[in-house]
Amino acid sequence: MSAGLQPRTGSAARFWRSTDARRLFGCVVGALVVAVMTGPSGSASAPTSGFTGSLFRPRAFVFVALGLALWAVMTFRSRFGDVVRRANDRIIATPRQLLVNRWYRYIFYLAVFAFAIWYPTILSGYWQEVLVDQIGVFVLLALGLNVVVGYAGLLDLGYIAFYAIGAYSAAYWTGALPIHPPMHLNPFWAIPLAVLAAMLAGVVLGSPTLRLRGDYLAIVTLGFGEIIQIVATNLTGVTGGSQGVIGIPHFSLHVDSLKYVWHVKALPYYYLLLVFVVIALAAFRSLERSRVGRCWAAIREDEVAAEASGINVLKYKVMAFSIGASTSGFAGILTASKIGFIEPGDFTVQLSILILVLVVFGGMGSLIGAAMGAAVLQWLPQFLRVHPLFGFQPQDLFIYLGALLVVMMIFRPAGIVPSRRRRSEIGLAEHGVGTADAMSAAGGPVA
Amino acid sequence: MLLELSDVEVRYGSIRALKGISVSVAEGEIVTLLGANGAGKTTTLHTISGLVRASSGSIRFDGRDIGALAPHQVVALGIGHAPEGRRIFPRMSVAENLEMGAYQRRGSLREDFERVFELFPVLAERSKQEGGTLSGGEQQMLSIGRALMSEPRLLLLDEPSMGLAPMFVTKIFHVLRDISERGVTILVVEQNAAQALALAQRGYVLETGSIAMSDQAGTLLRDPRVRAAYLGEGAA
Ligand SMILES: Nc1ncnc2c1ncn2[C@@H]1O[C@H](COP(=O)(O)OP(=O)(O)OP(=O)(O)O)[C@@H](O)[C@H]1O
Ligand SMILES: [Mg+2]
Repeated sequence: MSAGLQPRTGSAARFWRSTDARRLFGCVVGALVVAVMTGPSGSASAPTSGFTGSLFRPRAFVFVALGLALWAVMTFRSRFGDVVRRANDRIIATPRQLLVNRWYRYIFYLAVFAFAIWYPTILSGYWQEVLVDQIGVFVLLALGLNVVVGYAGLLDLGYIAFYAIGAYSAAYWTGALPIHPPMHLNPFWAIPLAVLAAMLAGVVLGSPTLRLRGDYLAIVTLGFGEIIQIVATNLTGVTGGSQGVIGIPHFSLHVDSLKYVWHVKALPYYYLLLVFVVIALAAFRSLERSRVGRCWAAIREDEVAAEASGINVLKYKVMAFSIGASTSGFAGILTASKIGFIEPGDFTVQLSILILVLVVFGGMGSLIGAAMGAAVLQWLPQFLRVHPLFGFQPQDLFIYLGALLVVMMIFRPAGIVPSRRRRSEIGLAEHGVGTADAMSAAGGPVA
Repeated sequence: MLLELSDVEVRYGSIRALKGISVSVAEGEIVTLLGANGAGKTTTLHTISGLVRASSGSIRFDGRDIGALAPHQVVALGIGHAPEGRRIFPRMSVAENLEMGAYQRRGSLREDFERVFELFPVLAERSKQEGGTLSGGEQQMLSIGRALMSEPRLLLLDEPSMGLAPMFVTKIFHVLRDISERGVTILVVEQNAAQALALAQRGYVLETGSIAMSDQAGTLLRDPRVRAAYLGEGAA
């Protein structure tokens, strides 16, 4: 009818107007932008060197190649999305099906556990340190945050504040702070006290704020994280200020004739961490499958409906929040005692965000996912530090993490090891069903 | 009176959604609350179940002031609420949804499941299916069933017929009569005024936050103003 509006076009011209072409353009330009951003910077004497240094160098090809690869994957996915998704489901399903058999599952867990005990002993000193400071501690942190974000659906952006509270409590009870405790404790015996402090902080912060629906919690926790850091910096008489605290003793254990001191070596801390990670895994798994876990799922799916069904929503939210807080607190004590030194700069908002990224990357609501996400993402930068590929600069880490997260959200929005329920919740949300928004159902169609 | 609201006022910021309403429901009754969009019907039910706080006035249930209670405490006293827009848990199975409704109860739920499945046989067939994949009508049944699982003395229903085909509407209203005959008191909000008034013994008409009329259902059904405003008939 509208003759002449659409002249007949050749296939080349049609390609350039297609989504594929737009994607191609976006990927290549995006890659070049990343290449410039991660390349050398310009200076007053050579203002364009930032561009020339990154675009007219071989590394530009690497980035363009990466961009093209991304384009190819996206195109492939949109063409063969269903096939890919089905294959994907099968990849997830097969190990799950195998593990349905209880004995296989136990054998599998035992094998993983044995590997986790044995493998670190053959690592170099450097990697043993990384395994504790960068990986183990963050796996524990991610597991704790997974309870808050993944199970109860609460966005906690100040998670690291509880880590700080744990660390400073350990410093307090061992007498390392300028103010002195009623009695000096070995950090090992300070663990319960410091965990308690973190948990109490969680309850005190959570009880008033968790009453509010929606995004208030994110804002309040973000502020709380900042406040803790600022207090630690400025309350010099109590916390030692920006200089930090030194001389937090290592763990040691004296029970009758049994005597053990952890010292500076990483491996003993690793085994201590392993014990706590296993405890956390077991405890969180059974929580998830209990009535409590079911209530968390209900709150996450529809808070108003959960309330109307008679669930004490506040109680369960505070519970999740303080479980997360105490886990974070424990990680803080462990770090403080291992390194022997803490300073306010260790507890930045970026760190809270990083842990959130680990959980989202791994798979919100999935224990294995959160642990794997933390392990992989924390291991990767260390690996790149030792084996630099494409001129990797450690300070650019967050750029790569951001890009990775964007790619993840496109291809696997539920994380690398998604939880079954979470995955279908996200799937439904994509189809506009089952939003957790309290107001979304008001003013619906009239019969 | 089983439920008695007197001079209840609710504010959302500066908006007065309820301007001092008084509503009462006797044990065993079916009472309907009619009104145009935005009149404050949902707000009334939310206030009763503690999801929204009244800024003044009192709410008594079985002689006890429940105005300051949290929603889960209200449920514990015996008020079940099937909220507007169904609001089932989309990723939980039908059985799990029903279980959440009985969350506060201990002991065996077998009889309760059987009772709900007797009222809504389709839910029994679908008990393993995810709530979000049910049809709209089935979701409505699940929502009512879930509210019944708490063994309420008073059931609050917010537009149970919303978005349903006429046949389903008739079916739902039949079930409501069944539920009432089993001794549950019902306060039902409806847009579907003709059927609601046919079911109920008494009715209230809300207009922008105030009670404009309250009477026996039959009288309201014959009232020319009600007929004009809510039954879609010509000039008043
Ligand atoms: N959370 C809220 N915040 C602010 N205003 C609200 C809120 N909830 C309801 N209102 C307002 O209060 C008034 C009454 O709303 P309510 O949902 O009770 O109406 P309703 O009678 O149930 O209408 P409908 O038939 O459309 O469901 C409306 O004007 C609405 O905009
Ligand atoms: Mg309404």
